[in-house]
Amino acid sequence: MRFNPEKQISTEKAFTESLVKLGGKYKNFVILSANVAAPLGLAAFDKEHPDRHFPFGNSLRAMIAAASGFVVRGKIPFLCGYGISVTGRGWDSIRNYLSATPLNVKIVGIHAGILNSQEGATHQPLEDIALMRSIPGMKVVCPADAEEAKKAVEVMMLDYGPTYLRLMHLPLPNLYDKEYKFVFGKGNIYKSGTDVCIFAIGTTMHTALDAAEILERKGKSVMVVNMSSIAPFDEDLVVECAKAVNHVVTVEDHQIIGGLGSAVCETLATHYPMKVLRLGMNGFAESGKVDDVYRKYGLDGVGIAEKIESATK
Amino acid sequence: MATIESFVEHLRFLEKTSVRLRIDLLRMLHNAQSGHLGGSLSVVEMLVALYYGQLPRGQVMRYDPEKPGSEEQDYFVLSKGHASPALYTVLADLEFFDKEELADFRQVNSMLQAYPSKKIPGITLCSGSPAFGFAGAVGLAMALKAERQPWNVFCLVGDGELQDGQFWEAVLLAHHYKLDNLIVLVDYNGLQMDGSLRTTVTVEPIADKFEGFGWKSIHVIDGHNFEDLLIGIERGLEIQRRPTVLICRTVKGKGVAFAEGKASYHAEVLSDQEMSAALPALEAQLKSYNHPS
Repeated sequence: MRFNPEKQISTEKAFTESLVKLGGKYKNFVILSANVAAPLGLAAFDKEHPDRHFPFGNSLRAMIAAASGFVVRGKIPFLCGYGISVTGRGWDSIRNYLSATPLNVKIVGIHAGILNSQEGATHQPLEDIALMRSIPGMKVVCPADAEEAKKAVEVMMLDYGPTYLRLMHLPLPNLYDKEYKFVFGKGNIYKSGTDVCIFAIGTTMHTALDAAEILERKGKSVMVVNMSSIAPFDEDLVVECAKAVNHVVTVEDHQIIGGLGSAVCETLATHYPMKVLRLGMNGFAESGKVDDVYRKYGLDGVGIAEKIESATK
Repeated sequence: MATIESFVEHLRFLEKTSVRLRIDLLRMLHNAQSGHLGGSLSVVEMLVALYYGQLPRGQVMRYDPEKPGSEEQDYFVLSKGHASPALYTVLADLEFFDKEELADFRQVNSMLQAYPSKKIPGITLCSGSPAFGFAGAVGLAMALKAERQPWNVFCLVGDGELQDGQFWEAVLLAHHYKLDNLIVLVDYNGLQMDGSLRTTVTVEPIADKFEGFGWKSIHVIDGHNFEDLLIGIERGLEIQRRPTVLICRTVKGKGVAFAEGKASYHAEVLSDQEMSAALPALEAQLKSYNHPS
């Protein structure tokens, strides 16, 4: 796949467009932002919906706590920050005070994964899913394209409870059209197959599809399943797909511990024990051009295909 | 409160209420055999001033126990959540919930959890980790400002919370957003779990710090004196376009002679023997209010 395709927008941009569009319909949500108003383009929201966006600068921990105060007045805060810090720096507050007594807050982490390549290891959130998924009741969603991001935001508007939305800064190719429905707790079989099933999220949906193409040219039949709703997790679908193939693979732009790979393994260990090949990060990455970083850490289509080939020989 | 006499009478009522609540508080903690004694005793007068106090303009805090969760009221946030026993005795006394609940504090299946929870009638938001409740109160005051609503937010913080970085983030924000609807009371008893603040990590000079951050700071020389507290609060309510902090000098363990000023009673409960020394003293004090000599 090609990163940054023309005429496509990132899940981050799609998020902002949704908020601008939905701001008139849903008057109760507010945006709290921790130094991400510029990258998210929130000026567009300010113009349409004054007095509903509160910049917190780098006062991120105070922002997380302040959200609980906005909830007292019946507001639904969207807490926007960099994925690395909004999940990590205020984790105990998110756990203790936004989730233990569940508040209707939406945490939005941007610049996720090694896709945020040139910023380097300190700025690449790779444990955010693990941190959020381990909190009881927290919903976690990682959309794979702009359309899915928009649909997820719409669902979040009507849903109750703490939620983590994981967003990416680079435009991704379109996977879905306007008819697509996002549902919490539901996965989506994007492409069917009979030999290998790849479960993926976000950007790796695209590189998994590239890998499927390579493998199919070599005679393998590959299913690709989008597990964008990581919590709640579609366990039934995972078991159903695993039963339909010989090999199960997970791919994520996240550590292989605690994220999608773990969720699939937990599911299969309980309901349908089988070997799982987990692909993703198992350490820290570095600065570099996005194609180079994805290639080096084996998250591009070629890398994924190679690992699947050698594991399924 | 038209006359000096009625003001004096009101002060006497507040003092008596404090003694009465201290007795409830000691019984509750002794019964639970768990909970924070010292820092609960140091905030009793501040809570009583907020919940029972009257100013020439009316109630210090405008609220109605019949309508917990109402959107038309002032708010209170106990940022030093470990002083929950003091707040619970106040809320029970005001009939936000049944007084019998106090007997189950910190027990399994009880409503009264160790730290304030939103599930308890009268509790505004969950708190307990240093500075979280304060930053939450700042968020609440921001929301009220944006709504152009006239309600105030009162927040009680422990002096040890000033050692937390998040605290100063929120101080910065309260100034930036010109939160004159926010009044913060610092329970400056000078002691924390590890000992005195001065030897642990000093937070002095507190007033200068707040002033430097653009706040109005007011010294309350004696945080157990209702005249000082009410005058300080009244001045705070008059300040416009910036938040106010009342730095209230208090004594940890106040009202239990042998625990006063001792960090060791931060999270210590009283033994039966200590109870039999502490309770009669307070009961005698209460009696003196009932039968003034």
